[in-house]
Amino acid sequence: MTRLLAGLRIALRALMVNKMRSALTMLGIIIGVSAVIAMIAVGSGAKARIAEQIASMGSNLLIVLSGSSTSGGIRFGTGTVPTLTADDAKAILAEIPAVKYVAPNLTGVAQVVFGNQNWSTIINGTFPEVLEIRNWSLASGRPFTQQDIDGATKVCLLGKTVAENLFGGIDPIGQIVRIKKVPFTVVGVLASKGQSTYGTDQDDTIFVPLTTAQKRLFGMQFPGMVRAIAVQAREPEVMKEVESQITALLRQRHRIQPNQENDFSVRNLTEVMSSAEQSASVMSLLLGAIASISLIVGGIGIMNIMLVSVTERTREIGIRIAVGAKGRDILLQFLIESLVLSLIGGAMGIGIGIAGTLILSTFTQWPTLFSIQAVLLAFLFSGSVGVFFGFYPARKASLLNPIEALRYE
Amino acid sequence: MESFIQVRDLVKVYSLGEVEVQALRSVSLTVERGEFVAIMGASGSGKSTFMNILGFLDHPTSGQYLLEGINGKNLSRDELAEIRNRKIGFVFQGFNLLSRTSALENVELPLVYAGASASKRKEMSGKALSEVGLKGREHHHPNQLSGGEQQRVAIARALVNQPSILLADEPTGNLDSKTSEEIMRIFQRLNQDLGITIIMITHELDIASFGKRNIIFRDGKIVDDHVNFVRSDAVGEGVKR
Repeated sequence: MTRLLAGLRIALRALMVNKMRSALTMLGIIIGVSAVIAMIAVGSGAKARIAEQIASMGSNLLIVLSGSSTSGGIRFGTGTVPTLTADDAKAILAEIPAVKYVAPNLTGVAQVVFGNQNWSTIINGTFPEVLEIRNWSLASGRPFTQQDIDGATKVCLLGKTVAENLFGGIDPIGQIVRIKKVPFTVVGVLASKGQSTYGTDQDDTIFVPLTTAQKRLFGMQFPGMVRAIAVQAREPEVMKEVESQITALLRQRHRIQPNQENDFSVRNLTEVMSSAEQSASVMSLLLGAIASISLIVGGIGIMNIMLVSVTERTREIGIRIAVGAKGRDILLQFLIESLVLSLIGGAMGIGIGIAGTLILSTFTQWPTLFSIQAVLLAFLFSGSVGVFFGFYPARKASLLNPIEALRYE
Repeated sequence: MESFIQVRDLVKVYSLGEVEVQALRSVSLTVERGEFVAIMGASGSGKSTFMNILGFLDHPTSGQYLLEGINGKNLSRDELAEIRNRKIGFVFQGFNLLSRTSALENVELPLVYAGASASKRKEMSGKALSEVGLKGREHHHPNQLSGGEQQRVAIARALVNQPSILLADEPTGNLDSKTSEEIMRIFQRLNQDLGITIIMITHELDIASFGKRNIIFRDGKIVDDHVNFVRSDAVGEGVKR
């Protein structure tokens, strides 16, 4: 312990003697560590944003899209011709046990009017379960219910953006809005979800009961049909199974012959998002790796300066060995010196890295995320760089021949 | 009973590339506890090589060297370092103090490697410094001290671990004659009052005359070894030993 303390004092004194040199050597580590901190923060920020988006989209989510039907040799694209019905949705829920919720939907764009305000938005006719599946919560009011579906009542839920644009400061609950000239009572306002992965405003929407949408708004062209069915599986493990069960069930219900193509398609959105999350992970790993290289370069700077220091202090080392310093005393002295350099550099690098990241995210609006683990990791990494690159010079010093070292000018 | 220092048939050969240089050619010598030996000889006579071996800084090529019965031949670097630390005090021509380090801390150095506590280091170093007349100069740095004072710090450093032997390699080589005499007075006092064995290398005859015994090296061999008259102007009884 006394030896460690003595070693620390010797190291600090040696570093103070060459302040400029020590500062420049530290700069290498400072840049390295702050780069690692900043890159990890940017990488994990991107990852966290994607994870957040997955959560807001809804987990374990399958989307069944209607369409791709063939009519007289002409093939239509997915979703252009509705081929699904609300009964398909009900059948999926009833016959596949691993399905937790279903929500068919029929969407369309319409002009909404309140008083002298009007706003064009996406009207989504659906089931109440959509709130569960898509992770929506209500900011105020109540959801619509099964009774509203059964009775095709004219009630609606407003997205945050719509509520703001039509009502400004007024409380929308209980007010009447006109969608395609049909009066609807606002029963609830949805809590904000912000932008989707694709940059669209998820809050710019209105939910109405599916039956109301079919009868009053968009059902005229293809009566009883829906565009898509959102299906939530009970757990992520059964997604593949549910997907094939849905396919089998719908083929049977739509009486599709074995040699015919499906008139619907099933998409696993969660899978798409996880692969996005994975690529974000790879990106943050890459960024971290590139930043680590600068840390290693900083380490080489330490090694370089320690070698110079050992040469300069050959005589001092000779004196120490002559009066009884053992190899490990000298080794420790120089290791502590490089460790102090790298750890002080590391600590400053953490500060600068965090400050730099905050500035970066303020100016670029990039999502960033700090974690204690990343900071500790960078600090430990800088420490091990100090030990690793300090070891060779320190060992060289500890193996000096005292007679030659004492004669060194 | 065995002698304090026993040297038998010591040979040291340096190989400088192709050429082999015989620095020591069969040197034999005994030194008893409490002696003050001055070794003289021209440059290249092998006296420095001999001192390095006595100081466990170097191994002989052949022959035997025992200090208080300890043979350094089969000891590791670290074991030799420990012997130097406990038994040997070095005083060099160029003082060899650590710069930018106070006198006290310089003297503490052997104690640091002996693993002494900070308080004990301070106490013993302070004592050693007052022993050489530097009380009150503890916190001066080497560049604030005169040559003679620096050498006294070095002597205090050599003494601080209470070694069995003091090895001095031209301790007055960088000093003027008045300061040299002061340093030699200190050596004499340490030898007579504290009974410390001293072996000293010097070029100068009048410095050598402070020693009780003079040895002369030439071409790697001892050519003369005689008991010296104690200088009439020096401390002591002034009789032939």
